[in-house]
Amino acid sequence: MIEKVIFYVFAAILLLAATLVITARNPVHSALSLVLAFFTSAALWLLVEAEFLGIALVLVYVGAVMVLFLFVVMMLDINVAVLREGFARYLPLGALVGVVMLLEMLLVIGASQVDLPGFAGEAAGSLGEDGGNNIRMLGSVLYTVYVYPFELAAIVLLLAMIAAIMLTHRRRGGTKHQDISAQVRTRKEDRLRMVRMPSERNNDS
Amino acid sequence: MQSVKEFFGTFMLSELIKGMRLTGKHLFDAKYTLEYPEEKAPQSPRFRGLHALRRYPNGEERCIACKLCEAVCPALAITIESEPRDDGTRRTTRYDIDLFKCIYCGFCEESCPVDSIVETRIHEYHFEQRGEQIMHKQDLLAVGERYEAQLAEDRAADAPYR
Amino acid sequence: MDAMIELAWTVTKIVALVIPLFIAVAYMTYAERKIISAMQLRRGPNRVGWHGLLQPIADALKLLMKEVVLPQNANRALFVIAPMLSIMPALAAWAVLPLSEGLVIADINAGLLYVLAMTSMGVYGIILAGWASNSKYALLGAMRAGAQVVSYEIAMGFALVGVLMSAGSLNLGEIVQAQQGPIWNWFWLPLLPLFVVYWISGVAETNRLPFDVAEGESEIVAGFHVEYSGMAFAIFFLAEYANMILISGLAAIMFLGGWYSPFHGLPLLGPAFEWVPGIVWFVLKTCLFLFLFIWFRATFPRYRYDQIMRLGWKVLIPVTVVWLIVLSVMILTGFGPWF
Repeated sequence: MIEKVIFYVFAAILLLAATLVITARNPVHSALSLVLAFFTSAALWLLVEAEFLGIALVLVYVGAVMVLFLFVVMMLDINVAVLREGFARYLPLGALVGVVMLLEMLLVIGASQVDLPGFAGEAAGSLGEDGGNNIRMLGSVLYTVYVYPFELAAIVLLLAMIAAIMLTHRRRGGTKHQDISAQVRTRKEDRLRMVRMPSERNNDS
Repeated sequence: MQSVKEFFGTFMLSELIKGMRLTGKHLFDAKYTLEYPEEKAPQSPRFRGLHALRRYPNGEERCIACKLCEAVCPALAITIESEPRDDGTRRTTRYDIDLFKCIYCGFCEESCPVDSIVETRIHEYHFEQRGEQIMHKQDLLAVGERYEAQLAEDRAADAPYR
Repeated sequence: MDAMIELAWTVTKIVALVIPLFIAVAYMTYAERKIISAMQLRRGPNRVGWHGLLQPIADALKLLMKEVVLPQNANRALFVIAPMLSIMPALAAWAVLPLSEGLVIADINAGLLYVLAMTSMGVYGIILAGWASNSKYALLGAMRAGAQVVSYEIAMGFALVGVLMSAGSLNLGEIVQAQQGPIWNWFWLPLLPLFVVYWISGVAETNRLPFDVAEGESEIVAGFHVEYSGMAFAIFFLAEYANMILISGLAAIMFLGGWYSPFHGLPLLGPAFEWVPGIVWFVLKTCLFLFLFIWFRATFPRYRYDQIMRLGWKVLIPVTVVWLIVLSVMILTGFGPWF
């Protein structure tokens, strides 16, 4: 009973936040609504005892990704009116993409109804023996049944990261920059020379 | 080789520990704080605090309205008006110091040929109303009368160095 | 009815945790002022009450009385929400911290992840405060704080991966139980590099000296909270100190054996200290780290911003990765009394 109430409250907040993401005039407000949406969906996952997924969502999306989003959005002075100019013109294309996405989602949901080998069976098995500790379960499934796809995904992410760094990290010629490692590496002896000399006579006295 | 040694040396955080040892040692050192209203630091006879106008021992006011202090004052804090008195001597009718303008440099004291305007050791005073910060002649003379003994002693102590 | 009783019981537990926490925060400010002044050969606050012990209460009263100024053109809603957003995670994370054996509000399996998620939320308060104030100093401070917290979170997370590898659990209570034994059985010894990295990134996460460029009084006035006054400012202050206490408590739990006495299981000393309740050891260990926070502040000058970023990305993260590999070898070979 209470769980149902909590579910409906969080679901309502989630829907409201998701609507605000696309309707809010201020981009910072949109980004914050997205944060709220992530947070409430994490709470919904907690309700179905998927605590690892829920907390990982908060940790990754709320804690890191959205911070960077906010960062960029705050720096930009976005003119919303200009952004909305072509709304009517792009509407058919947008609607088409939306319909395609909807169909794809339906397909995915339909596929899960079909009995697929792998996850469903394995998951049920490990859930039984581990008393519902779904972190341990996820770990054991990821590193046994799905170890190759998992490692492959990790490599793809690593490649993407390196590519992003390579793309943005080129050095233009003629700019001045500080070499921090060189600065840190300096010793006292490089900069400081201790001199011994007799004190100079003061002429007045 | 040296640089490799230094590279690994930085991971020992030796410089940080050195700094923390120093501050850690001072944690237990004797403290220098003066508990102000109860304890006070000694003052020099040259201390420059609130102003005063002095009188001669016979009661005659020293100021002869030469206006040197008004001229030398870098903050233009002093305003003097003068008129001949009945006995024919020139005396001030008005001697105002605006303590908000005053920077307590002591130039007025040094410029005074008769040691009339002086700065006392008083540094704890306050104003509660606007306008009170302007010290008039009577106020200054009153301060001078009240602290004459201290003022004379301080002038005498400083006299050999002037 | 049962649900209501359970709710009331939970609320009682939360209040019983939060009120001592607030008092601890208040006296943390007092301790900070006293210790720093001692290190600077001063005496510190000693007028209000015996040895100044009532000073934090006087400060709190002063801040309560003061007006909360809303700057012109500030984003009102976010300006008001920001302080709450910064204190909420600092308090929420305490839900999973075991103060003693079984003495915890929510004993969840993903406790460590939960703590990480909560500490990473704290940055929103800072960023929003900076942006909503409509002030360039505040925005600069918020930018610095945001970048710093996000980068040091990675080093911190990696350091904690070492802890969960050694303990084999994400539950904070089980992590402490894995360290059962005398002082050399705790994780600080085998995980020493990770411990140092965790501590440095913890100091950076809380924006404390020497990593306080987000506030940087001498360069950007006061950073993100420059426009805040009165109670709103006090809440930021509370959040900063609550975060410090949280980081210290976590360090005590994950590296210094939580509620275990340093003589636990020793032949003679162990029984001699048996009567001391576990929470006392936990509080003592936390205080040790809090003292370190203050000691750092009294000792080190502020880092330059690019040096902070270099330290986080190019020094701390590689160190943790190297030590994680060493650690997995140690675990596989069953090294020492730890694994």
